[in-house]
Amino acid sequence: MSELMPLARAGDAAPLVTVQAPRGGRGAVGLLRATGTAGMASAVVIAIATTVAVIGSLIAPFSPTLVHPALPFVGPTGAHVLGFDVEGRDVLSRLLAGATSSMLGPLAVVLGSLLAGTMFAVIAAWRRGLIDAVISSGLDILFAFPGILLAVLAAAVFGAGLPAAAISLAIAYMPYVARVLRGAALKERSQPYVAALEVQGASATTICLRHIVPNIMPLMVAQATILFGYAMVDLAAISFIGLGVQPPAPNWGVMISENQVGIPQGYPLPALAAGACIVAVVIAFNVLGERLFEQAQGSR
Amino acid sequence: MRLAFIARRLAMLVASLLVASFVIFGALALAPGNPIAALSGGRSLPPSSLHVLEQRYHLNQPFFTQYWYWLDNALHGNLGISITLRENVTTLIASRVWTTAGLVLYASLIILVLGIGMGIVAGLRPGMLDTSALVTSAISAAIPSFVAAIALVALFAVKLRWFPALGNGTDFVSNLRHFTLPAFALALSSLAIVARVTRSAIREEADREHVQTAISRGIPRRQLVRRHILRNAAIPITTISGITIASLIAVAAVVETAFSLNGLGAYLVTSAQNKDLAVVQGISLVLVTAFVVINVAVDLAYAVLDPRVALGSRAQ
Repeated sequence: MSELMPLARAGDAAPLVTVQAPRGGRGAVGLLRATGTAGMASAVVIAIATTVAVIGSLIAPFSPTLVHPALPFVGPTGAHVLGFDVEGRDVLSRLLAGATSSMLGPLAVVLGSLLAGTMFAVIAAWRRGLIDAVISSGLDILFAFPGILLAVLAAAVFGAGLPAAAISLAIAYMPYVARVLRGAALKERSQPYVAALEVQGASATTICLRHIVPNIMPLMVAQATILFGYAMVDLAAISFIGLGVQPPAPNWGVMISENQVGIPQGYPLPALAAGACIVAVVIAFNVLGERLFEQAQGSR
Repeated sequence: MRLAFIARRLAMLVASLLVASFVIFGALALAPGNPIAALSGGRSLPPSSLHVLEQRYHLNQPFFTQYWYWLDNALHGNLGISITLRENVTTLIASRVWTTAGLVLYASLIILVLGIGMGIVAGLRPGMLDTSALVTSAISAAIPSFVAAIALVALFAVKLRWFPALGNGTDFVSNLRHFTLPAFALALSSLAIVARVTRSAIREEADREHVQTAISRGIPRRQLVRRHILRNAAIPITTISGITIASLIAVAAVVETAFSLNGLGAYLVTSAQNKDLAVVQGISLVLVTAFVVINVAVDLAYAVLDPRVALGSRAQ
């Protein structure tokens, strides 16, 4: 701090030297290329899943909710490449249309927990001292509630559905996000450039939003990627136990619970196909997230 | 220093439980409509029953007084009465708690034995075995419990007929058979995570200077592995095992539902569907308490294993 004083005095009309904060600008493509073959393959899987989530119900060959009472658990035939489900609906169409809620739910959870978590992390790191202590121990206490349990409680009170489940999970995940990001933000906070900006008279909000947050962004992206996988598993589980997306709406978790009865009858295809979709997407997010995490840790 | 750490952890435990119980009780106040509607799950009750509910929950008193009465009752083992079964919630919980405890215990044993075992083998023997263990665990870690459940049932119950697909058993041996598939479904992804963390902890310790020195001094391999590698790697392994085992408590609800087991978790889910709030609150309180206590126990074990870390919070 003291060696910066001759360069920029607080209250000077025009600072003698403008300090440029370091930036981790490498672009999304460069970032992806650095994650290696497994990372790139995962990114491709995620891109496909995202595309299907957006246009799934448009490219579905049949109606995902059209029931054929005479065709329950009929195997793949002709145009119905994955056969029919428990109520004689086209399995492929339900998988494609179900991608929307299966992907949108985790996205909402990740955005919610990331936004709130970043806010707490940056405020704690910026103010330090008592406020940091209060926020940190508050987060430690919040750890006490497993996400699924909170979602079940919310479903009992507000009724089953995707919004209540997604909000519950966002609240339950928030302390994890905040904990990791707080560490990174604290490191950033003690960098000389932050002190220099403060001396130049930049406001706290500006320094936090324009400098600290962009610099912990790689870690935020890595964190978000890993959390997406967790959120997908937990939300699908909540839909599976009947407290999330409600049938007959297509959803991967719902499809597993609906078609569970086919397994003892020797027809596991619809349930397993939905399970395979979940597993493939979760593996992709886990692998990519791990690689991004290594990178974010390595670059600091 | 150690005593201060333990005291701090125990204080956190009490604070966590207070906050959790407040959230569980406060859900009642957040419910749309009046508390009576929430407690009765929207059923229309005769005026006498309404009066009983009002008395039991002290609804004519301020919110914090209501919470205090509820907490006091809960601490004395009185968790209210189920609106659907008209039975004591504590009795309903007591008759189901062993199914859940048994399932979580069985899954924990699988995680500890197979997860740590596989991690140690993969960590000590780089090569083909290690690579295949790494790939297998990456896939298994991404398989949710309920997907594992249907796959295990399809293969081991329906195709091979080795294990029953649904329900509890009648005696210890048949219970063991009935719980095997659920326990593996519950354990699978945690097992993979524990194996991965164990492997990298072992690998890290094996590369450390003091181990290399021990090798050059000619210390026998068995002793080297036990005294110099495992002893130091035990810390991250204990932490990850504890965290994953604590997380099983919530996931057990999903697995019990998938296998129609008569446990606390499955009952919690049914009660949430039926909006039987007293039961949901009671079971949530029991499960959250178990979750918090296990987490604190892990932290304390961690401080005992590594006297250096009696200060800060748990390592990441």
